[in-house]
Amino acid sequence: MVRDTMRGGERTAHDSGPAALGGERVAYDGDPARFIELDGVEKVFDVRRKAGLLRREKHQVRAVDGISFTVPRGQMVGYIGPNGAGKSTTIKMLTGILVPSGGRLRVAGIDPSRERTRLARRIGVVFGQRTTLWWDLPLRDSYCLVHRMYKIPDARYRENLERCVELLDLGDLLDVPVRQLSLGQRMRGDIAAALLHDPEVLYLDEPTIGLDVVSKAKVRDFLRDVNADLGMTVLLTTHDLTDIEQLCERVMVIDHGRLVYDGGLSGLHAVGESERTLVVDLERELPPIDDVPGARTVRVEGPRQWLAFAATASAAPLVAAVAERYPLVDLSVREPDIEAVIAKMYAERSAER
Amino acid sequence: MVDGIRAYGLIVAMWIRSTMAYRASFLMTTAGNFLGSGLDFVAILLMFSHIESLGGFTLAEVALLYGATSTSLGLADLFLGSMDRIGQRVRDGTFDVLMVRPAPVFAQVAADRFALRRLGRISQGAVVLVLGLAGADVVWTPLNVLLIPVMLVSGAVIFGSVFVVGAAFQFWATEAAEVQNSFTYGGNTLLQYPPTVFAKDLVRGVTFVVPLAFVNWLPALRLLGREDPLHLPGWVGLCGPLVAAAMAALAGLAWRTGIRSYRSTGS
Repeated sequence: MVRDTMRGGERTAHDSGPAALGGERVAYDGDPARFIELDGVEKVFDVRRKAGLLRREKHQVRAVDGISFTVPRGQMVGYIGPNGAGKSTTIKMLTGILVPSGGRLRVAGIDPSRERTRLARRIGVVFGQRTTLWWDLPLRDSYCLVHRMYKIPDARYRENLERCVELLDLGDLLDVPVRQLSLGQRMRGDIAAALLHDPEVLYLDEPTIGLDVVSKAKVRDFLRDVNADLGMTVLLTTHDLTDIEQLCERVMVIDHGRLVYDGGLSGLHAVGESERTLVVDLERELPPIDDVPGARTVRVEGPRQWLAFAATASAAPLVAAVAERYPLVDLSVREPDIEAVIAKMYAERSAER
Repeated sequence: MVDGIRAYGLIVAMWIRSTMAYRASFLMTTAGNFLGSGLDFVAILLMFSHIESLGGFTLAEVALLYGATSTSLGLADLFLGSMDRIGQRVRDGTFDVLMVRPAPVFAQVAADRFALRRLGRISQGAVVLVLGLAGADVVWTPLNVLLIPVMLVSGAVIFGSVFVVGAAFQFWATEAAEVQNSFTYGGNTLLQYPPTVFAKDLVRGVTFVVPLAFVNWLPALRLLGREDPLHLPGWVGLCGPLVAAAMAALAGLAWRTGIRSYRSTGS
């Protein structure tokens, strides 16, 4: 299968180090657990605001306010937060576009803002809102230019392009100028462009924004494969929590420039005190169930009732208790809505302020 | 540096290929460029159908001035002409894209939308220049022969530097493209006429402040063996390359400062 040969290819590329890839790439020999490392990173913007006819007031905005985390090699991390929380600013510092105002930042051992072009060979970036392709050129020409600009060995380039074209369904689009592509097609084209040079880290800024359901699923499947098969480290910012649920083992939540949560999805539920829902179908209409410990009935509709219980608790004793006392016909358990969890988290934090 | 030139070459080659895919359209736009830029010389011709000399300069001498500045601007425009799009790139956020590619941003910006049709302006300027050189009373010494290509290249570098400074300025004021255009295209129009027709202060300004006078006025006056209106010593006419180098250094500094202060747009 294509994937297996790819895995082999990627390994040799890393193992044989500099010789394999254009000579400019030195394999990262640091701690794989600290592949991406941020230590107290800050970004402060001076903002001038009009205050009267000629007078301008200067004040500072702390877009990123002391963020520390590490990402081990091969992990897929979701980076979420409300608008203006500092997500994009963080990504821009990680790619070297912005220079941090303070703190220490390393990606594969490289300081992004000081060695931006060297780092560029080792990272892939997809901006959901704007294309990294050349707007007026057909996809094929853009890829060709990427090939030369990143000095990708011919065999690797052909192999990678073939895989992307196949998995992202780009075959019919290669000769179409980028500006004529639909958003979903363009996004797939962009993702392919970001992967042709075998990046070690992939940054995705809103990769599914504005896509329809089918395109979203396609993009997600592809990203999951890339992460699993190539061991690529992926950092993903998104507003679509389904992206996170389906792709990321780890979530970081940022708000007002600070990291407010870092851990697994399940932990997010615990922190957010979220609740799961047990939906039971009884034999007939009955008054709301109120004698089952650890649960409260939130809704009744004919013979169907909704019972909320703590997301961290097990559903089994609850089901047993209901079955013992009521004529149970059918049941299902609904996972909590992360969106609600996070909204709650944001709300609590704003209330603290 | 090597990386930059390589990337510039790659991008330029790609744009030329994509232009050549529509050969007829390329020929037409180039011809249009040739004729369009020739129109202001037609204006000069019309003027000379009523007068014998302009500020003491004959038609051939004015043609020399015109041809020299047009060719220099044409060269700068060909190599760096897309720099003024940078403000738009900063505004719409596509500048970020350039920064995550493994090539110097300057090379990418300079090569962006490389337009071979700009050869139209260069060839039109060159034709007028040759006609001017043939018709005017040029003092043909070996040094003066050498001065002609030196003048054109230095002039191109001076105009190019103004393009770059203007581009760098757009990191702070993203709408500043017009300011820069007034110095390059506006300066070009100014330089098409003899310095003697302008007020002394203006001539001083383009000699010492924005040294556009070194593009063609001062070297051409030397070619023609004329005094310049500011009565500068004759060797000043040879200083074009030095002025060009200084301008380029200044432009480099401005560019660096601009990139450093780039703050990107939201999201």
